[in-house]
Amino acid sequence: MALLKSNKVIHCLGNISPCLGVLSTRSSSWWGGVQMGPPDPILGVTEAFKRDTNPKKMNLGVGAYRDDQGKPFVLSCVRKAEALIASKQMEKEYLPIGGLGEFNKACAELALGDNNDVLKSGRSITVQTISGTGSLRVGANFLSRFHAGPRDVYLPKPSWGNHTPIFRDAGMQLKAYRYYDPSTCGFDFKGAFEDISKIPEQSVILLHACAHNPTGVDPRPEQWKEISDIVKKRNLLVFFDMAYQGFASGDINRDAWAVRHFIEQGHNIVLSQSFAKNMGLYGERVGGFTVVCNDAEEAKRVESQIKILIRPIYSNPPINGARIATTILNTPDLRSLWLEEVHGMANRIIKMREQLVAGLKKEGSSHNWQHVIDQIGMFCFTGLKPEQVERLINEFSVYMTKDGRISMAGVTSGNVGYLAHAIHEVTK
Amino acid sequence: MSVFSDVPQAPPVVVFKLTADFKDDGHPQKVNLGVGAYRTDDCQPWVLPVVKKVERLIVEDCGLNHEYLPILGLPEFRSAASKVALGEDSPAIKENRVGAVQALGGTGALRIGADFLRRWYNGTNNRATPVYVSAPTWENHNGVFTDAGFTDIRPYHYWDAAKRGLDLSGLLDDLEKAPEHSIFVLHACAHNPTGTDPTQEQWKKIAEIMKRRKLFVFFDSAYQGFASGSLDKDAWAIRYFASEGFELFIAQSFSKNFGLYNERVGNLTIVAKDSDNLSRTLSQMEKIVRTTWSNPPSQGARIVSKTLNSPELFAEWKGNVKTMADRVLLMRDQLKTKLLALGTPGTWDHITEQIGMFSFTGLNPKQVEYMIKEKHVYLMASGRINMCGLTTKNIDYVAQSIHEAVTTVQ
Repeated sequence: MALLKSNKVIHCLGNISPCLGVLSTRSSSWWGGVQMGPPDPILGVTEAFKRDTNPKKMNLGVGAYRDDQGKPFVLSCVRKAEALIASKQMEKEYLPIGGLGEFNKACAELALGDNNDVLKSGRSITVQTISGTGSLRVGANFLSRFHAGPRDVYLPKPSWGNHTPIFRDAGMQLKAYRYYDPSTCGFDFKGAFEDISKIPEQSVILLHACAHNPTGVDPRPEQWKEISDIVKKRNLLVFFDMAYQGFASGDINRDAWAVRHFIEQGHNIVLSQSFAKNMGLYGERVGGFTVVCNDAEEAKRVESQIKILIRPIYSNPPINGARIATTILNTPDLRSLWLEEVHGMANRIIKMREQLVAGLKKEGSSHNWQHVIDQIGMFCFTGLKPEQVERLINEFSVYMTKDGRISMAGVTSGNVGYLAHAIHEVTK
Repeated sequence: MSVFSDVPQAPPVVVFKLTADFKDDGHPQKVNLGVGAYRTDDCQPWVLPVVKKVERLIVEDCGLNHEYLPILGLPEFRSAASKVALGEDSPAIKENRVGAVQALGGTGALRIGADFLRRWYNGTNNRATPVYVSAPTWENHNGVFTDAGFTDIRPYHYWDAAKRGLDLSGLLDDLEKAPEHSIFVLHACAHNPTGTDPTQEQWKKIAEIMKRRKLFVFFDSAYQGFASGSLDKDAWAIRYFASEGFELFIAQSFSKNFGLYNERVGNLTIVAKDSDNLSRTLSQMEKIVRTTWSNPPSQGARIVSKTLNSPELFAEWKGNVKTMADRVLLMRDQLKTKLLALGTPGTWDHITEQIGMFSFTGLNPKQVEYMIKEKHVYLMASGRINMCGLTTKNIDYVAQSIHEAVTTVQ
């Protein structure tokens, strides 16, 4: 019987052990055997930053956009949409399990393009999810339950830290393909191609649609084409994670190019989208999960099963963020304003990259910093080593994660000079 | 050949299908007594006046942004929500051994709790721990614990169809016979779907056995305030168990009592033996949340937090809640009166003895089918009706329909 499992004695010290004379409070609790979870590495950076009293301190761990004053940025199109929504005094009834219908439509159109054949044919299904994480988890659960192929999900090396536990908790297994080349701080196309060529058929391969997290390194279009070909040859199931559409290059169509190319090439992809960054709706949890199917009938079956998965997690999604996103996407003025604002955010990041490299040159650095400009999106893999990162934190109060990743969003015209100086000091 | 060609069509979730069918029905006198959401006497959804007020405050507050909440949620929300459940003067709160996880509705709170228990309760990753849910219970309880990984979900006796009340001896017997450390999902008040709650004396008996047999207490509290109109009265069972020294979970929902259905506002309150056990537990809850939704949505939590943490708004909210509870009580009273006046066979005391949104009418599946097909009155096959769907305008029609169903259909 389960309760007599021998490991129970080891893990529930004191709960049932009769040999302890006086039971400590730890052991008289149900939770005596619960270990302290490891601290989150990124949160740790922010905690240390908060404690630091140096007026020049910089938090480059933050994964949220900041304006040139280092402040959180609420988009004007968002404020306008909120005012519109507030004036309508809408009700608060439950959304359907799959979320707000008009949001799902707009979300899919944004990714695939308005006139996309897949959308016209009705052979895809999009559900509203709890931002990107929620989308990935629903997708992972769906694959775990219904994907007849291998349990393995291939992630690029490196990938977003949360990908691994999400897929693992869903019951999948994780493997990797080469991606980042530390010697060039760029894309290891040869390594990626070689590894992908060896992936067993029907395995799942996860691709970052644009603005790879954490490296900022994206394949060029010609490289994407070759990847699409080899993935098709290997008959792999493509899982796109698109968290930065619009935010990477400033152009929503350009950032969705890889996704659209793969679909055009006949891949029936699954896709996770987030509106946390490109609409600044982080805490509202706005996202979508899409499955491209063979036909509309299959899409209906798939949708019905996704709903069965969602219901025992959270029943139905929160409306506020989805209403805001939908209002923006479907109101012409607001949509144009949004496109301008997202272009503005991307541009500020690009400018900071350029200013950082210019600053390093000015400091007299002899290193090649071209990768800082070549990389794209919120993050930059500087190439800094752990000891150098340590010095940056301790001597200059510049906070980043040990892997040398910095969030360009934390850089402003006011502090980019200081950053260039600090980096030069630890690398000269 | 598609990877999904073998994916079977799943059946629709029954309660939502019922509403969909109702929407498609063109009959002028149709009534929806299915899904559990409050309706006014004009059969309209009701956004609570205090909610409207607070939403305006939030929209006008330029100091607010849309940044990520912490993984466990908005701190002011979590503590205020736990206080609502456990009481202002809760010793457990004063002793720093109460924590919480903001979750997506009551469902989300149940799921995070279930995921945690499967990983960390009764050994590590012990999927075989029996989980007991009432017979009948909210249909999603089963799904939540199953998808969290538990393999042994069992019913405990609860509803006595013959006497239309609580099967206390069956319940107590199941408690006595359950393997030690089994998990029991208890409805804090306004049992869904039967509307039948244990009395205080009965709760005491339940607690005594659960303590003796080392059973885990997992409260589902979706109707605090909504049941009797009093927050404190509806939390009596929770507070009694806490005062008896139980470590327990409470999955709270603010969907009904705040009318915030689509904002997904819930809270998993954790009462532990001490703060050390609590903090380790919360650290593991964080890991579970991180791979499920990373961090929860802010809008609903902000609304509830602002309301609960302001004395005037809190008082206004309690008034709004009482308005809803009172209307339900009035409908119960009137339905029973009308059935008695019609001379409908059977006893109808259970209509006014039951509490909360739902009533187990006692109608059998055939009679339910008659109600839907012939009378266009939509209710669950179990005979469960949502009292909120009744209004002064449709109650005569509904009473008449029940009368016909009972007298013409066996």
